[in-house]
Amino acid sequence: MNKILLVETKLLGRDWLAAALTLALPVGLLLVLGQIPDLQKPDPNLGGQRFVDAQLPAQMILLALLTTAFTVLPGSMATYREQGVLRRMSTTPMHPGRLLGAQLLLNLVMALISAVVVIVAGRLVLGSHIPQQLFGFLLVFLLGAAAMLALGLVIAAVAPNSKSAPGIGSVAMFPLLFVAGMWIPREIMPDTLRTISDYSVVGPFVNAMRDTWAGDWPQLPHLAVMLVGLVLFTGLAVRMFKWE
Amino acid sequence: MRAGPHIASKYTLTRQPARFPARKGVPSVVSMNVIEVKNLHKRYKDHVAVDDVSFEVRAGEIFGILGPNGAGKTTTVECVSGLRVPDRGTLRVAGIDPVADRDALRRVLGVQLQSAALPEKIKVWEALDLYASFYAEPADWRELLERVGLTAKRDTMFGKLSGGQRQRLSVALALVGKPRIAVLDELTTGLDPQARRDTWELVERVRDSGVTIVLVTHFMEEAERLCDRVALIDSGRVAAVDSPSGLVARVGGEQKVRFRPSAPVADSVLTSLPEVKEVVRTGGQVVVTGTGNLAPAVTLALAEQGIVPNDLRIEQATLDDAFLALTGRKLA
Ligand SMILES: Nc1ncnc2c1ncn2[C@@H]1O[C@H](COP(=O)(O)OP(=O)(O)OP(=O)(O)O)[C@@H](O)[C@H]1O
Ligand SMILES: [Mg+2]
Repeated sequence: MNKILLVETKLLGRDWLAAALTLALPVGLLLVLGQIPDLQKPDPNLGGQRFVDAQLPAQMILLALLTTAFTVLPGSMATYREQGVLRRMSTTPMHPGRLLGAQLLLNLVMALISAVVVIVAGRLVLGSHIPQQLFGFLLVFLLGAAAMLALGLVIAAVAPNSKSAPGIGSVAMFPLLFVAGMWIPREIMPDTLRTISDYSVVGPFVNAMRDTWAGDWPQLPHLAVMLVGLVLFTGLAVRMFKWE
Repeated sequence: MRAGPHIASKYTLTRQPARFPARKGVPSVVSMNVIEVKNLHKRYKDHVAVDDVSFEVRAGEIFGILGPNGAGKTTTVECVSGLRVPDRGTLRVAGIDPVADRDALRRVLGVQLQSAALPEKIKVWEALDLYASFYAEPADWRELLERVGLTAKRDTMFGKLSGGQRQRLSVALALVGKPRIAVLDELTTGLDPQARRDTWELVERVRDSGVTIVLVTHFMEEAERLCDRVALIDSGRVAAVDSPSGLVARVGGEQKVRFRPSAPVADSVLTSLPEVKEVVRTGGQVVVTGTGNLAPAVTLALAEQGIVPNDLRIEQATLDDAFLALTGRKLA
């Protein structure tokens, strides 16, 4: 049993206000944006679906995940490093992989809870759809979220201190949201941008989420890119990890 | 296998030799030196923190590293603990090279760092339980909690502990892996006198349980009270390594005895003693300077004359004086 995970969970519970706020933000945004009349009209570009049916909740899930992965996680790791919490641990035989694994797992569970809350709130308030291929969605979400969190741990490793970590994370986050199709849907992207999007891990992540939302199984290339991303980022995070 | 007392007694002069049980998976050390540091050199950018430091630490002793702020004490023990890579010099800790084999080192060495912390909201027992989980064969942390006197604070969060309590927890964390060697950096800095004395007792008990201790400090009183041997470090160099009394003896070991005689006493009564160098009178007070067993010799000589030495005070040279004499600098 990983004691770090257990202790970190307890610590998170003791800071429940911060945890609750990270959960509340995407739901709040979903409910506010969901009131925009245009988003509630059937859209021929979406095959007659309303934007709030699947697009909006998927985007909010992505936004919440990237916020956690790129600002919250690097921030808390950098704080641990700054306070000497990591330095203290470095005097023991503990392998850093155990600490990184625990951080990734804990945040993965938090991200999943946040996604479930967004989906349920969307369903109850806006009449959004629930992912039709639920098992496929779960698989896609866990794989994609783990890859993003691992990338967040890489950012935590390169950030010089706890003040700059969330900033660096935000700078990395916006291009990713862009190629993921947050502002320009993939369908109307220029070719080069679409190619970049297809290999960007977030691109396949968003597309696979959409597929499972519509009831299809995720496509293998999408899963493959996410898996490669997860392995690559995890390896980098462990290699680049710094105790101080 | 145990280190035989007859071997150890050759080296430890004033105290009972400590025993330590050999542990599984760790090669038993044949030589008496648990730590060997030779010509250690470490620079940060353009600043040389440790210039040339050499010393040995023997099994079962409390070895002090004493020096003023910025002398390079922390840098030295961080190199010994495998937390920093030295630029030059050789290091052996329980036969292990701290640079080449950090993992093996961490299983035999416990460290309490000068600059390290725990999350504010972690409870005392959780920290110990967590750190115990990092080792293959940890100590029973409940027992450890008792030993450092924190049982009542078991459920208190780290952020709510007093300075002394944090230090004790830090010592407990350094010991939870059942180390053979413990490095304690600035253990009592910032503690009030009572907490400091309690912590000293704790350190002595840890040594009595068989752990070799390297104690970094800039309090000469702490070094005098606790350490079997002390390395005086100044500007990244070792000024001297010796027992506290040996260091004091190097500066001449001169003592002063002051008293008010109950009846007039002739100088010759005192100057005839081999221990006495000089007798000075100031007002009603007599100040006798000398060496060796000065105070007993003086009081005995006075008693033979039927004179009582009132307000008797003995002043001895301290490690501070030794440091000043050896480096030309004050310790604090
Ligand atoms: N990480 C670092 N980078 C640059 N210089 C450093 C670093 N750590 C220490 N120094 C410098 O190296 C010198 C020795 O520092 P060190 O911490 O070893 O001293 P110390 O004897 O432990 O002092 P103190 O009693 O204040 O703890 C100091 O001049 C310090 O400013
Ligand atoms: Mg220091």
